[in-house]
Amino acid sequence: MIELTPVHKVGLGVLGLLLISSAGTALLMKAKPGSDFSELSSRIRAWWVMAGVFFGAIFAGRIASLVLLALMSFWALKEYLTLLKTRRADHRALVWAFLSIPIQYYWAGSLWYGMFIIFIPVYMSLWLPMRLVLAGEAKGFLASAAEIQWGVMAFVFGLSHLGYLIGMPAVGSLNANGQSLLLFLVFITEMSDVFQFVWGKTLGKHKIIPTVSPNKTWEGLVGGITSVGICGVFLRFLTPFSAVESFIVAASIAIVGFFGGATMSAIKRDFGVKDFGSIIPGHGGMLDRVDSLCYAAPVFFHYVYYVHY
Amino acid sequence: MLQAIFFSLFVRPFLTFFVGLRIAGAENLPKTDPFVMIANHTSHLDALTLLSLFPLSRLRNVRPCAAADYFESTKMVSWVSHTFLNILGIRRTNITRETHPVFLMKACLSRGESLILFPEGTRGSGEEISSFKTGIAHLIEEAPGIQILPVFLKNLNRSLPKGEFIPIPVFCDVRIGAPMTVQGSRQKIVRSLEEAVKALAEG
Repeated sequence: MIELTPVHKVGLGVLGLLLISSAGTALLMKAKPGSDFSELSSRIRAWWVMAGVFFGAIFAGRIASLVLLALMSFWALKEYLTLLKTRRADHRALVWAFLSIPIQYYWAGSLWYGMFIIFIPVYMSLWLPMRLVLAGEAKGFLASAAEIQWGVMAFVFGLSHLGYLIGMPAVGSLNANGQSLLLFLVFITEMSDVFQFVWGKTLGKHKIIPTVSPNKTWEGLVGGITSVGICGVFLRFLTPFSAVESFIVAASIAIVGFFGGATMSAIKRDFGVKDFGSIIPGHGGMLDRVDSLCYAAPVFFHYVYYVHY
Repeated sequence: MLQAIFFSLFVRPFLTFFVGLRIAGAENLPKTDPFVMIANHTSHLDALTLLSLFPLSRLRNVRPCAAADYFESTKMVSWVSHTFLNILGIRRTNITRETHPVFLMKACLSRGESLILFPEGTRGSGEEISSFKTGIAHLIEEAPGIQILPVFLKNLNRSLPKGEFIPIPVFCDVRIGAPMTVQGSRQKIVRSLEEAVKALAEG
């Protein structure tokens, strides 16, 4: 009998979920031939691809996972930068902003905690404005400095926590390690998006912030928090958490992920676009998919790091 | 051969994955040569981008017109420009009858080679399209009925602006308009070509 690791179990679970979703969509299409399910089915197809790439990278090893995560940061930062009204004088600072990706993922991959945690919040936040100053253009300086630093914080620093997490060792004598914790975080974050969407579509009435994100409702949020809380309890074999703790952590991921999604919605509203890009059919850009993770990853990471390591 | 290798190994992966080209109107690309492609000019990436729109087999048949004092300034630079970009060198000074730009361009067209022209004459800041030089109108007078393909390039100046040498990743738009033929006075030709590129900029 082959011993399944927690990662294998979740992989099989995700495979099952995808099969059920695809079969369910096919049945819906048969039952209601008149209706249009193309968005739903393209979304599910995209989930197949995303899950395939994600698990492919996990099974290929830590370096492959780090490369995939760094590419996610790269793509997200590129989508964000495209929307900014950057000035000619920002060019060199922007080169540095992108250069920070391999450097930050190197700290994350080598588990150099001190550098990992201060490189962007301290050194890049000091250097990027200085580089802008060296370009010699004062007009619009503060807006550029703020926009570039914010992007690097959210999409490089925020997402790189996934990269550090994946290299973390086993917790005590448990099965849980960085890899399984990463799976817990990503699975709960993505499921929370799905549940908030589904609950919002079916029961949603009271909008939370109608001027920013008209699709986000209290019913969706509460439904999402409760649903992933329960998921968290079932998935606690991936973590060192107790049952109650799993529920609370998973629910917190849903709340923080909601903040991430709402923040990115505000940015899209500000720029007057619907999606950040078109790399993921049915979902939009990379940023439309990882918005919640940008917020959930650092919060989850620091909880685990301080309480369980 | 070297150009095809350069484009398939470096230029296309770079433009697709690093920069991220978003192409609109690819169906407007003529299937046959010759034609004259005109575009706004803001970056050294412009010619590479426009050339990358064509299949490798057609690369040698599409020639970007480039200033000889820059792209043929030394033997080394000239070799690179001709090998990898297949440029048609355009002199801006010391012009004789044999090196007259319009004469050279017309010779290309009659050999069945297509041209890429940046009628603004030089790279701009990207904020607005400058008025076109009249050279394009001379060429059209010499080759009446030639197909003109207007193209608008957006954001390439943000990826690699004038005076910079490290490109940054930012999605760039290539908008290809429908092929057109123009006639009339030189002023009228220049104006209608400017309008065609500006219309793509707004759409």
